[in-house]
Amino acid sequence: MMETTLLAAQTVPGVAAGAGMDLVAPMAGVTLAHYLFVSAAMFALGLVGFLVRRNLIVMFLCTELMFQAAGIAMIAFARYHLEMSGQTFVIFVLTVAAAEAALALALVVLLFRMRDSLSSEAWQELKG
Amino acid sequence: MAIESLHHAAAGALAGLGVGAPESGASRPFALPEPGAGPWWVALIPFLPLAASIACGLCAAFKVKTKLPAWISVAALAAAFGVAVAMFTELAGGTSITHAFRWIEFRWGSEPGQVFTANFSFYADNLSILWMLFVTGLATLIALYASEYMSHDVGTGYCRFFAAFNLFVFSMSCLVLGDNLILLFLGWEGVGLCSYLLIGYYYKKPSAVAAAKKAFIVNRIGDLGLLMGIFLTFVHFGTVEFRELFALAEPYAQAVRQGRIGDVPGIVQLIPVLLAIGAFGKSAQFPLYVWLPDAMEGPTPVSALIHAATMVTAGVYLIARTYPLFLASDIALPLVAWVGAITALLAATIGMAQFDIKRIMAYSTVSQLGYMFCGLAVLTSTGAVFHVLTHAFFKATLFLACGAVMHGFAGQLDLRKLSGVLFMPGWLIVGLAMLVGCLNLAGVPLTAGYFSKDLILAEAFITPTMAPIGWILLLTAGLTAYYTFRVFFRVFLGPKEFHPGDDHHGEAETDVKHHSEQVEHGDPHAEAVGEKAHGVGDDAHGADDAHDHHHGHDHFHPHPPGWAINGVLAVLAIASILAAGLYFVGDKGWVDGMLKASTAQQIYAADGSHRAAVFTATTGTPEAKGTFFGFDPHKAMYYVSAVVGLIGIGVAFYLHYWKRTEAERSLADNLVPRLGPIAVWAQDKWRVDELYDMVIVKPLRVISHVFHVFDKLVVDGLVNLFGLLPRLIGSALRPSQHGQLQGYAAATAAGVAFVLLVVLLLAVGAGVSS
Repeated sequence: MMETTLLAAQTVPGVAAGAGMDLVAPMAGVTLAHYLFVSAAMFALGLVGFLVRRNLIVMFLCTELMFQAAGIAMIAFARYHLEMSGQTFVIFVLTVAAAEAALALALVVLLFRMRDSLSSEAWQELKG
Repeated sequence: MAIESLHHAAAGALAGLGVGAPESGASRPFALPEPGAGPWWVALIPFLPLAASIACGLCAAFKVKTKLPAWISVAALAAAFGVAVAMFTELAGGTSITHAFRWIEFRWGSEPGQVFTANFSFYADNLSILWMLFVTGLATLIALYASEYMSHDVGTGYCRFFAAFNLFVFSMSCLVLGDNLILLFLGWEGVGLCSYLLIGYYYKKPSAVAAAKKAFIVNRIGDLGLLMGIFLTFVHFGTVEFRELFALAEPYAQAVRQGRIGDVPGIVQLIPVLLAIGAFGKSAQFPLYVWLPDAMEGPTPVSALIHAATMVTAGVYLIARTYPLFLASDIALPLVAWVGAITALLAATIGMAQFDIKRIMAYSTVSQLGYMFCGLAVLTSTGAVFHVLTHAFFKATLFLACGAVMHGFAGQLDLRKLSGVLFMPGWLIVGLAMLVGCLNLAGVPLTAGYFSKDLILAEAFITPTMAPIGWILLLTAGLTAYYTFRVFFRVFLGPKEFHPGDDHHGEAETDVKHHSEQVEHGDPHAEAVGEKAHGVGDDAHGADDAHDHHHGHDHFHPHPPGWAINGVLAVLAIASILAAGLYFVGDKGWVDGMLKASTAQQIYAADGSHRAAVFTATTGTPEAKGTFFGFDPHKAMYYVSAVVGLIGIGVAFYLHYWKRTEAERSLADNLVPRLGPIAVWAQDKWRVDELYDMVIVKPLRVISHVFHVFDKLVVDGLVNLFGLLPRLIGSALRPSQHGQLQGYAAATAAGVAFVLLVVLLLAVGAGVSS
């Protein structure tokens, strides 16, 4: 399924998708695959960053990166299918992400105060 | 329901027959009269003591510090005795069953036979009422005696003592009055429990605790036999109720009478043997007699009531009650005869060599119980029951007199430490009561014990093949007279002298153990020389400085018994004398008349063939009736046993009174070394306890150690293994919970990646296939 969609997106250029593409005329030639590639790259960067860094703030930023990568993919698909609900959804996600960022940062500040360290290794008490 | 209606029907039938008239059997030779419905108040006999027991328990709960429990007990027991007397007159020789309440009823089908019934019903006939009369009567008197005897324990063990005492009378009443074997068994175990509780009354004293456990465990062996007998009874006869059981057993007894012993199935012959084993345990017969002498660790009133007069006769009652079953077997009664004879002789020989007067009385009880069993076995249930009755009175008298001595002399029971008690001020009634008891036990002519013992001896000589039993019993009678009067001559006659015991109150104290050991392993030469001749002289005060180590005895005054002990002893002594009169009541004695109307005699008394049938297996002459050198044994025994008894007394007089000037030594001391090991072995109770210890206790202990090790290694090992499993699994999985956030994230990512991969592969596969 996914394969066929991707193939369709490549063989049939953006114009075929209809009038919507005219709004992004300067970016003619940029296909859905490009957006998805950026999204995947961002997600991979976020994931790798989350796994390899120990700084809680950086790890938090990495989660944000993965979040936005998902957002990009969603918007790209929404644009591809000319479906507004995807974009609406991303707006909501952004709102939630903003709230979550506020909470998460507050948590990180509290954790820092308790251990005088931002390292995630300072919090290993639950190991078996 | 069905049972009650049967009772009513039976009552009508009985009224038509004429209640319990022995002549009614003439038309139907062996038919038992149908029991009628008894009055409800028979139930008061067991339930009054039960109520008193509960009341005493409440006294203990409310920490009553007075003699209230004793008065409650005396009142309740006296009332129970009154009810028993009323029932005796009401019964007038008949048989009645009083249904108290439905107790056990298992039904596994609708057929008439598919039910197991054991009601809380009371079977009152002359046999059980006779038992109830002396049980409640003696219990009343002994409770009165105990009210004074136990007075040192007021506020501590007093309530406990009387609660157990009353519970004993309740259990004994259930045992005797129960109309089925299950209720009998309940009472049987109940008296065993009360016996255990009362032997271990001084629970701080290790020897008392050991004795209590010994009594309980040895009784379990006998009880197993009884229980098996009850099981087999139900298996074969389909009922445990006496009324039906006796009717069902009658055809077998008839078969035995007619010489068709082959027609009696083995199981029917086995039942009385098993019941007899139960009786051997409870009545302290060889080889299960070892618990009774140790049971003397209990308070003396308990020894008198439970371990002399009533509970130990439960075995005799059991056999008398189930006599129809015993008559249906040609092995059970000879077994009972030989066990009884061996026990009588063995216990008498041990009793001759003991120094603890209570223990001598205990062995004498064992020995006399052997007589009773022999009496039952040679088909004189009259003799056996008469002996139970007379023995109950004179042995209670003897025990209570010994108890009074023990009470007055600070627990002193060693006959080498007391002398001339009869002549000390205030001890006359005790001494005379003791004399009456001794005369009875020794079988001096015209005493009750003389008549009851002669009945058994004569019947043993009459019964073919049982003459050896008669000779053994005759020998035992001589030994009995000797050891009985040995006690009397040593303790009550002779020069006035006493050494008080270590015991201040009969209560367990630290030095009590030392005292009892000293008595048990008494050796004439091992006593401290410095203690000699305390209290010699008329003032009867044991003051002497040599008694320093027994502090508190420096100014010891023996305290003579008060009104309760003296009164009870006087009543019992008079009753023991009057009991002889029962022999002259009616045609062949009062007891004979009583038993004629009960199952204990009815079946075989109808014609004389039973004796011949059971005992002619070897002689082959069914009509033979034994004689004593050509004389009628009944007449010959009047003289022979009297002479034997008087010889025994004469020997005791010579060895223990003649030329005796001090408590410690008598002419017997010259004789003992010449007897060599025999005297020592007899004093060591023929080392039966040691034998049991070696043959039974030690191997059991070894086996229990083996099982203990098995338990530790195998059973505990298995349990621990299963306990270990979760722990092992846990330690295997524990590393996954390492506490590192990145690790968890990596695992999550890997998991998601794996799922995605699977989905992708599935999608590819689906794409390829489609």
